Amino acid sequence: MAAGRRPFPRRPLPKAGRYALRAASPAAALGVWQLLTSLDIDLWLRFSQFPTVADVARAFAERLSGPDYWTDLTDSLTRILTGFLLAAVLGVATGVLVARSRLAEDLLGPVLEVIRPVPAIALVPVAILLFPSNEQGIVFITCTAAFFPVLVSTRHAVRALTPVWEEAVLTMGGGRWRILASVVLPGALPGIFGGLSVGIGVSWICVISAEMISGQYGVGYRTWQDYTVVNYAGVFVGMVTIGVLGWLTSTAVELLGRRLTRWLPRTSYDTGGRPRSARVAVTAVTAGAPGTPATTPKTEEARDEHLV
Amino acid sequence: MSTSSDTTRRPAPRAASASESAHGTRLTLRDATLGRPDAPVVTGVGLDIAPGEILTVVGSSGCGKSTLLRTLAGLLPLLAGEITQDGRPLTGPGADRALVFQEDALLPWRTLRANVELPLAVKGLPRAERRAQAGTWLDRVGLADRAGHLPHRVSGGQRQRAQLARALAGAPRAVLMDEPFGALDAQTRAGMQDLLVEVLRGTGATVVFVTHDVDEALFLGDRVALLGGGRLTAVRDVPRPRDRSAHDNPARLALRRDVLSSLGT
Repeated sequence: MAAGRRPFPRRPLPKAGRYALRAASPAAALGVWQLLTSLDIDLWLRFSQFPTVADVARAFAERLSGPDYWTDLTDSLTRILTGFLLAAVLGVATGVLVARSRLAEDLLGPVLEVIRPVPAIALVPVAILLFPSNEQGIVFITCTAAFFPVLVSTRHAVRALTPVWEEAVLTMGGGRWRILASVVLPGALPGIFGGLSVGIGVSWICVISAEMISGQYGVGYRTWQDYTVVNYAGVFVGMVTIGVLGWLTSTAVELLGRRLTRWLPRTSYDTGGRPRSARVAVTAVTAGAPGTPATTPKTEEARDEHLV
Repeated sequence: MSTSSDTTRRPAPRAASASESAHGTRLTLRDATLGRPDAPVVTGVGLDIAPGEILTVVGSSGCGKSTLLRTLAGLLPLLAGEITQDGRPLTGPGADRALVFQEDALLPWRTLRANVELPLAVKGLPRAERRAQAGTWLDRVGLADRAGHLPHRVSGGQRQRAQLARALAGAPRAVLMDEPFGALDAQTRAGMQDLLVEVLRGTGATVVFVTHDVDEALFLGDRVALLGGGRLTAVRDVPRPRDRSAHDNPARLALRRDVLSSLGT
């Protein structure tokens, strides 16, 4: 190797360093918030009426010890999970159908394209008219919100499949269902998970809004109640709760997606800011002992999974 | 074109016994027009491929080699004429005619073993049986120690060996190969040709092998078909096929000159 040329272009941070960085960013945000509110800063933006971090933390602690908080939490989670799972199944099924069948595309395409631009939350009146209970209406709205991102990304992913894969299975004597199970669904999975990640996000937006409008119990309902009785600290407790729940659920979707699409060659991912030595080790093992190398990529993967 | 004295003798040293040759299938095209509905590529094709024979097809790129193969596989319908398999009309793809592609036809989310197991799963074999048979085939193509790897983790040559194992695992009566070694370097390629001859032994399958490499065509084929100018221009018998020492055989050299000059025009 030529002298003076550095073999590794960039020295990546050690793992502990990355965790510290990740912890430092929300801590800094909280610090700024506390400072602005406790000093009652009023410079065009007015922080004097704003609850301080300490106020919110106190209110949070009170909520956690009461019974309502956990009821709200489980209610919201039940609604979003039901709606989201329904949307995932319906979205993937419709997406595959529309991408694979011209008849389905002609029949469903126009209807879907007209409904798609309507914001799901604007369907509240429809939900109230259609469903006997509020509960079902909220699930309906959540489901509609997540349905379209899943549908669209599934349709694109299925259309983008390499034709050779299908031809190979056809010449093995495989029929329609075999192609669906062995080629279309696994091949479209990376795209489908793109849609699911977007879908879980808009699902949260819609479940919270729907709860604010028409719900009983639920994090959105509670947040709105607190606002109407001018309990601003309570409003912020609700927001933090929504934020944390949203983060946890989208991380879960992300991790599941990464697990199921582990077969993807992630070259661009590999060369990012990660310890290059790990890759060198992998290739060395691959070359040396052909029986064992499957374990090394796993640990590589595992290391990144807690850093989503 | 001159025909050598070998022409009349149908060389079939591969099909050693009657039971083996009975396993291969006869594919026949009569006055066929091939291509996509709006774009016919080859017209007036008359071709009779005997059971157990290896027919190589050469021609410049874009002359319809792949089209011919896809038609035989049943993936492309004929635009005109007739195609039969053992005398019965051929209507669509089936497990009895396996296709081997140039590259990247392995399912990337399946390990090499799972790829080879796929045709067996389509046939409905129980899991233990699939695993055993796939293991045998991977062993025969020298991939036993790579069975658990994903396709993108192995070399191009290894991927093509896995494709070969996958095609043969389903015990097809014909193997249709679309420039399977076209993307490999010369050395790997020669090794793959030997391996192909080796693993085909005993299967009795009919093989149609498309290539743009004349030497590869003359080494592997019992007969070589020439495509060019939208027609099937000639089908020639190859003297002493699959014999590495025959490369300077005078009859082979004469045929090679003929083939090259007819491809040049």
